[in-house]
Amino acid sequence: MAGAPLTDTRDYQRPEAAPDADAVTINVDGRPVQARKGELLIAAAERAGTYIPRFCYHPRMKPVGMCRMCLVEVKGPRGFALQPACFVPVEEGQEVLTQSDKVRKAQDGVLEFLLVNHPLDCPVCDKGGECPLQDQTISFGPGESRFLEEKRHFEKPIAISELVYLDRERCIQCSRCTRFADELAGDPLIDFIGRGDQLEVNTYPDAPFASYFSGNTVQICPVGALTASPYRFRARPWDLEQVESTCTTCAVGCVVSVQSSANRITRYLGIDSDPVNQSWMCDRGRFDFEAVNSEDRLSQPLIRRDGQLVPTTWGDALSRAAAGIEEVRKLHGPAAVAVLGGARLANEDAYAWAKLAKAVIGTDSVDAQMGDGLPAELVLALPQATIDEACGADAVILLGPDLKEELPVLHLRLRQAAVERKLPIIEITQTATGMTRHAAVSLIHRPGEAASVVRALTDPSGAASSDVAGVPGPSLAAARDVLAGVARVVVVLGRPSLAESAAAPARAAVALATAFPQARFLSALRRGNVRGALDMGLAPGVLPGRVGLNQGRDWFGRAWGQVPPERGLDASGILDASADGRVQALVLLGANPIEDFPDRRRAEQGLDGAGFIVAVDGFLTESSQKADVVLPAALYSERPGTTTNLEGRITRLGQKVVPPGVAWPDWMIAVELGVRLGSDLEMDTLAEIRDEIEALAVSHRGITEELLNTAAARDGIVAPLGRATSEPAPAAIDPMSDPGIGAVEHHGVKATAPEPGARRRLVTRPEGQPPALLSLPDAEGGSGSGDPAPPDAYSLRLVAGRKLYDGAVSVRHSPSLAGLAAPAGIRVNPYDLDRLGLHSGDRVRISAPRGSFVLPAAADPGVPRGSAWMPFSQPDGGASRLIDSAESVTDVRLETVQGEG
Amino acid sequence: MPRLAGPNLERAKETIGLYPQARSALVPLCHLAQEQDGWLTPEAIEHIAELLGLTPVEVLGTASFYDMLHTEPVGRNLVGICTNIACLLAGAYELMEHAEESLGVSAGGTTSDGQFTLEELECAAYCDKAPCVLVNYRFFGPVDNAGFDQIVDDVRAGRLAEDIPPHGTLSRVRREGGLQVPADEIATQRAAADTAKRRRAEEKKKLEESRSADAAATAPQPGGQPGPASGGAE
Repeated sequence: MAGAPLTDTRDYQRPEAAPDADAVTINVDGRPVQARKGELLIAAAERAGTYIPRFCYHPRMKPVGMCRMCLVEVKGPRGFALQPACFVPVEEGQEVLTQSDKVRKAQDGVLEFLLVNHPLDCPVCDKGGECPLQDQTISFGPGESRFLEEKRHFEKPIAISELVYLDRERCIQCSRCTRFADELAGDPLIDFIGRGDQLEVNTYPDAPFASYFSGNTVQICPVGALTASPYRFRARPWDLEQVESTCTTCAVGCVVSVQSSANRITRYLGIDSDPVNQSWMCDRGRFDFEAVNSEDRLSQPLIRRDGQLVPTTWGDALSRAAAGIEEVRKLHGPAAVAVLGGARLANEDAYAWAKLAKAVIGTDSVDAQMGDGLPAELVLALPQATIDEACGADAVILLGPDLKEELPVLHLRLRQAAVERKLPIIEITQTATGMTRHAAVSLIHRPGEAASVVRALTDPSGAASSDVAGVPGPSLAAARDVLAGVARVVVVLGRPSLAESAAAPARAAVALATAFPQARFLSALRRGNVRGALDMGLAPGVLPGRVGLNQGRDWFGRAWGQVPPERGLDASGILDASADGRVQALVLLGANPIEDFPDRRRAEQGLDGAGFIVAVDGFLTESSQKADVVLPAALYSERPGTTTNLEGRITRLGQKVVPPGVAWPDWMIAVELGVRLGSDLEMDTLAEIRDEIEALAVSHRGITEELLNTAAARDGIVAPLGRATSEPAPAAIDPMSDPGIGAVEHHGVKATAPEPGARRRLVTRPEGQPPALLSLPDAEGGSGSGDPAPPDAYSLRLVAGRKLYDGAVSVRHSPSLAGLAAPAGIRVNPYDLDRLGLHSGDRVRISAPRGSFVLPAAADPGVPRGSAWMPFSQPDGGASRLIDSAESVTDVRLETVQGEG
Repeated sequence: MPRLAGPNLERAKETIGLYPQARSALVPLCHLAQEQDGWLTPEAIEHIAELLGLTPVEVLGTASFYDMLHTEPVGRNLVGICTNIACLLAGAYELMEHAEESLGVSAGGTTSDGQFTLEELECAAYCDKAPCVLVNYRFFGPVDNAGFDQIVDDVRAGRLAEDIPPHGTLSRVRREGGLQVPADEIATQRAAADTAKRRRAEEKKKLEESRSADAAATAPQPGGQPGPASGGAE
């Protein structure tokens, strides 16, 4: 079923990957240097080992030639002349001098000039110690200044957003920040104001730099002009320890440097991983480490005694948890035990828990997705794409959530491809999103009817010209034109709205896979390691290694001794079964169904109905408060391991701090519970778990501990092996582009490599043919009927999406982010608002069969007529109180609140 | 009326229509707003941003670059005295001192009745009539102290209303013609230019391909035979 593998398509960004016909030879300081046509002189020289100083140049942005620091002598028709190396492309035979007297004089002059107004307050500057201006002044500067006059003064620092402070006196006007905001983030909210010696970077008055990517400007600032409020005055760079790791806030899996001081995480910096985040991060990922440091973390096991959760020892808590599970298993059978959650876990944790649940306890009712994803078998069966393949495709079909809110760095990558490469994006969506202005065509349709849109889009006759599911015929025709004759299509597939059932996008996905047999799919499921959890079998009907329960029964039966006899329940089924007594014991694996399951009432009934609940969590959440046993888990940065991003790319998690109190990594909890349930999981170290995954999980064959520890695996390994082999070797870290990431310890290597002479259990592969990977015909794409009936004239059909800053635990416990969560509200098309006699800003009563509450309404032309958009979960409420997950769509009515209209 | 309104809004939309990219109309629109209000009000900046699909800070960034665009309120008349070398030698500093005294404000200030803002100018290219004075960018020179007072009196009494419009008005002549070349002709020419550009790119690509093919076929030698530029041309 898998389509022909796509060729590597990163040429548009990485000139060195171009074919040999583009090779040119230049001469740098008398040495011949190989370069690629179109490459910039500064980059070619650097690759050949000649460093040219720079401030404004950043390899991930277009050059501007503003700071003049990179002046070198280039030979032209009239002899050598000074030219900015960041602005001159290489040409065959070009002669360049980077060390001549003239160049040195230019460097001296430029640095002296840049320092004219720069306050020498390095001792109190956050950048001091990792500052490109400091470093390059020492390496290339004159050492003395002739400037005796008064430097310019500004009020300092000023907060240009909740997270970023600006000191204009330190600014050297390199425009890295303004270019990033405009070119890459697409939020040009800061700009140069004034000119000459009064030139300053600033925001518009009272319009803060409220970009989801604002932290990146702090990271790339070559001086201390931009500083992040969570890091200001917290540490000196030389006191920081760092390790390379992966951000698990969402499923993009940005490669980061975790930096700590005195066992507290002080900051994250994005590492330039070419296939993933290219050094960028979103602000939530960058700053939600504060939750890991939080005082509210669970630091010891708790058990319920006389109705109260009281602290206890691990031994006591584990015995109690095992006894509770064992009792239910004896009385009601293994199917009466269920495990919810697991997307927070590392791969090794997920595997250990899958083995514990499916082989030891014997239940298949395990689900890492909180009813907010897509059917696991479908996700695993679709031919997968990488982010690079999506960015290099002929066309991308976006059928998922608002990427800017849920997977921000994926949004950044796709947006860049759309802007720079003119990648045509066809958006199948229910409201306008952050991508709409960059999309070739936005097909804004009625909730629940995506499959009809896809059918109309892929109709071979192309005859349908009338409106479909609210999408105007001409838009459909335009989208068909874009897709006509394109070879490489990538579908970015996620859950567009939590107010409709997963069946709607699943049906649409199957229709797309049928219509475009060559298409590849990039998962847009958002939870941290959801892909890894599914790969490791934390879902009903699947086993580790992307195989189905039935296909893998023999293989895992031999390896594990036992596999559940029949398919179990998904999250929704587990909660229902728990409410009516079929499931008696519930394990919450970092799961908070009350706040995360789309249907809050169903989640509450499920937890209330469960006879026995074990929660494994970092925090006491609304759900884990209901547990009988609460086991404290180590969060990321507190434990080594691996994680899998939405491409199926396996990257390292580094450990930099120790967990609070006696919290454990999740895999250890699984092993200890296994012992108390009478079974040895045979896992003593992470390396042993990885060996077992490599041996048994078919999709992870060959991805060994040793391979993951190689330098070539720094950008991660896409499973299965051989899928994306053409990736270039990871680039060296450039301290001038991303100051602060000087020399990152190659993550995990030291922390987790087995000690010499340490015993490592030999995992033997079972005999017989390994099972085949899931492919599409095995997967049930949701067997829902057709489209839901249109809403009645008084109702609006609800669209519920997440905001980047929402009511999630990690945001709530990060003081810098908690205040950024916008208040909940409902957005309606101005026409509907008018039709219902309401005004923008009115407080309205929103009613659905599930309940009602009052929120402010706002007019939003991006919401189509007949629909209404609400955030799913903000601190002050959200759509989960209105959604009935048994219904295919959710309709709401709005009315003015008396006395306040 | 701080936002662009009425006929000004119509003119703004017409102006935007003159450019292939809306952003190109940014400076003309700033002048239009300044003509309406005498200076660039925050509301006007926001409105311009809205009309051009920019953020307000991008408009402010551009506007604050240009001396003739004022993002702070100025008087109905902007009186500038050049103090560059030619005017300086002809007594511009003394004239500036007198002006400050007679208007009662220092350079950069606005009189309390809102009639005059006094500013120090860089060279206005009127050196042959130094020292020179500009009122709303209309030239006077050479100006002595009495002459300056006369100009101020005349402006205040409205005697120069014919010659000097209020600050912000660049020209009282309206160009109502719109696009002089019909839009469809522009579109046709643009399409033809695009086609030609594509064809040239294709030819160039073919040329390079044949070159590299030649280079691959024969021994690698710098600057090999140029390949035939056939095929692409119609």
